[in-house]
Amino acid sequence: MKVSMFHLMPHRELPPDFEQKYKSVWVDPPFPELADAGRVGQYYNWTLDELTYAAERGLDGICVNEHHQNAYGFMPGPNLMGAALARATNGSDVALVQMGSTLPTTQPPIRVAEEYAMLDCISGGRLVAGMPLGSPMDANMIYGVTPIEQRERYYEAHDLILKAWQSRDMFAWNGKYNQLGKVNLWPRPIQKPYPPVWVPGTGSYSTWDFSAKHDHCYCFLSYFGATAAEQTMAGFWNFVSEYGLKENPYRAGFLQLVAVSETDARAEQEYAEHVKYFYNKCLHIPPHYFGPPGHQDYRSLEKGIRSGRTGKLMEQLTRLKEYSYKDFVDNQFVIAGSPATVREQLREAARKLRIGNLMVLLHIGSMPHDLTLKNIDLFADEVMPHITDLWDDEPWQNEWWPESLRGPRQQYVGTAR
Amino acid sequence: MTTATDTRVHTLGGRVEARVLVAGDGPPLVFLHGAMGLTWDPFLDSLSERFTVYAPELPGTSPDAPDAINGVDDVWDLVLHHYDLLDELGLDSPAVVGHSFGGMVAAEVAATNPHRVGKLVLISPVGLWRDDVPVAQFLSMAPDEVAEIAFADPSGEVAQQFLALPEDETAMQDAMIKNAWSQACAAKFIWPLPDKGLHKRLYRIAAPTLIIWGKEDRLAPPEYADEFARRIAGSRVQKLDGAAHLPHVEQQAETSRTVLDFLTT
Repeated sequence: MKVSMFHLMPHRELPPDFEQKYKSVWVDPPFPELADAGRVGQYYNWTLDELTYAAERGLDGICVNEHHQNAYGFMPGPNLMGAALARATNGSDVALVQMGSTLPTTQPPIRVAEEYAMLDCISGGRLVAGMPLGSPMDANMIYGVTPIEQRERYYEAHDLILKAWQSRDMFAWNGKYNQLGKVNLWPRPIQKPYPPVWVPGTGSYSTWDFSAKHDHCYCFLSYFGATAAEQTMAGFWNFVSEYGLKENPYRAGFLQLVAVSETDARAEQEYAEHVKYFYNKCLHIPPHYFGPPGHQDYRSLEKGIRSGRTGKLMEQLTRLKEYSYKDFVDNQFVIAGSPATVREQLREAARKLRIGNLMVLLHIGSMPHDLTLKNIDLFADEVMPHITDLWDDEPWQNEWWPESLRGPRQQYVGTAR
Repeated sequence: MTTATDTRVHTLGGRVEARVLVAGDGPPLVFLHGAMGLTWDPFLDSLSERFTVYAPELPGTSPDAPDAINGVDDVWDLVLHHYDLLDELGLDSPAVVGHSFGGMVAAEVAATNPHRVGKLVLISPVGLWRDDVPVAQFLSMAPDEVAEIAFADPSGEVAQQFLALPEDETAMQDAMIKNAWSQACAAKFIWPLPDKGLHKRLYRIAAPTLIIWGKEDRLAPPEYADEFARRIAGSRVQKLDGAAHLPHVEQQAETSRTVLDFLTT
């Protein structure tokens, strides 16, 4: 199993009464009232340091993502972070997992193809190319993408990017949403035929279908942990076997919040405040922000309403504020505790969900820099060595990982000057 | 309550099938509904007493045909769809009444080929933009937030009845799905803001035009009534008390009287 550190790059110091005074953490929280640009610069630099440190401590990959106008994570240009990380880890064998350039919000889509190709070149072929659809907030509310068009725009952008990476000849693209007369990409990625593609989703059938059709890695990204993910992942693996694909665990990715301390009690002392900050402030989102009309296709809309799933999810979102640290830990929203506690739960979660590409969120909410480094240290030293062999007894290759990095890590530190 | 019959038309070279509800007797009147979809209501009943009312459903909003929206890509397609629809129904230059999003479409249809619309009634239409009185981004607001700005008396009986969902679970789910998908289809043409260039085309409207607005509309402020009026030669504005964005629902009797007076003189 490959294990990567995920980072959201949140605002670490929202005021205590944030969720009482403001309607949402996303779209409309006012930057001038809530943040100082100089201090925010420090957050970005800490984030880069923490991810670089995770690489140096032996995590297989380091991940950033893209969000806009969002205090729980604001890397609107994820490839800017990717470039800094590529340089900082140059010469090492850590993967750069860009989770990633949101396709419908980058115009034209060849910009994604170009930037990813640059990252692959700068890093010596260490890119994992995440291709998110884009959240309703980022794509529809902020970037003005018409909801009912979003999926189609995504599919067209994806097809254009893959063709641009591979076509030997210059070509014209006469698409429904993009018209380009002369596509002739410079540079091209090092990895052939193209870097591994990961597709994040939140459980919809159409994303499984898309990932399977193109043989991409499907990543279930939620903040509600492994237990909540069981039904979705069971559905995914069922789909895989019906589709006739090999049940290679490396075709699945999963994100889990993780916090490690010396003991379970000490984990509560050190992390409870930050876990509560994450769920109370970072997920302070009006439920209707998830549903601009047309973002869900008709079948998903209908299924969600008739099954009651949509209502339940929205209800759960509002109930989060009532949860205690113990609730978050008992429900495995966060896997937190001593190294023994964490390694046992995490290994079991990855096994049950059949995850070959695990991502762990080791910086949570308001976690200060030093505590984050401690979490990384304990995870790298005491947890990771006990879980990376999870699928070694099965005959699978990680086809969704840079080929030159498929073995165990050897060059932990970058050698660039 | 009149029972409307329905008929299906095929437009855009057969790409799109649309349902049209029809009721009444008399000269033809086409009603274009707003973003929440078509509801046959007392307002349409009142019109059907003097007119044959044709109420087309926006492609995608007819039951069992949610994918019809895929055949209409943009405002231009939507306008042509409506000419095809008029042709299919055998209507030369009917009266056209449009509400909100439907008002925008009605105005586009009346502007693009002025000969196809006999008289035009616009009920709180969207389609223009002024920075100082922005149209509320109602498609990304919560239902209760929209109710606050769309009704003069949101807690009043009329508003509450309009907003109420059926008690029966299946019927309630049907209504929720219909509301969401109607807005999804309308949103295709007015996301994120409803100004798609109509201001450039309004001068072409030749049909005698009545513009109706609720004085308390906070979704599309009543200032827009004057913005439409000054661009449409010979048009008349009527602003109603005790109404906001749905005057034909909240002040149905007065709206019906005003519309019928205008259309029959």
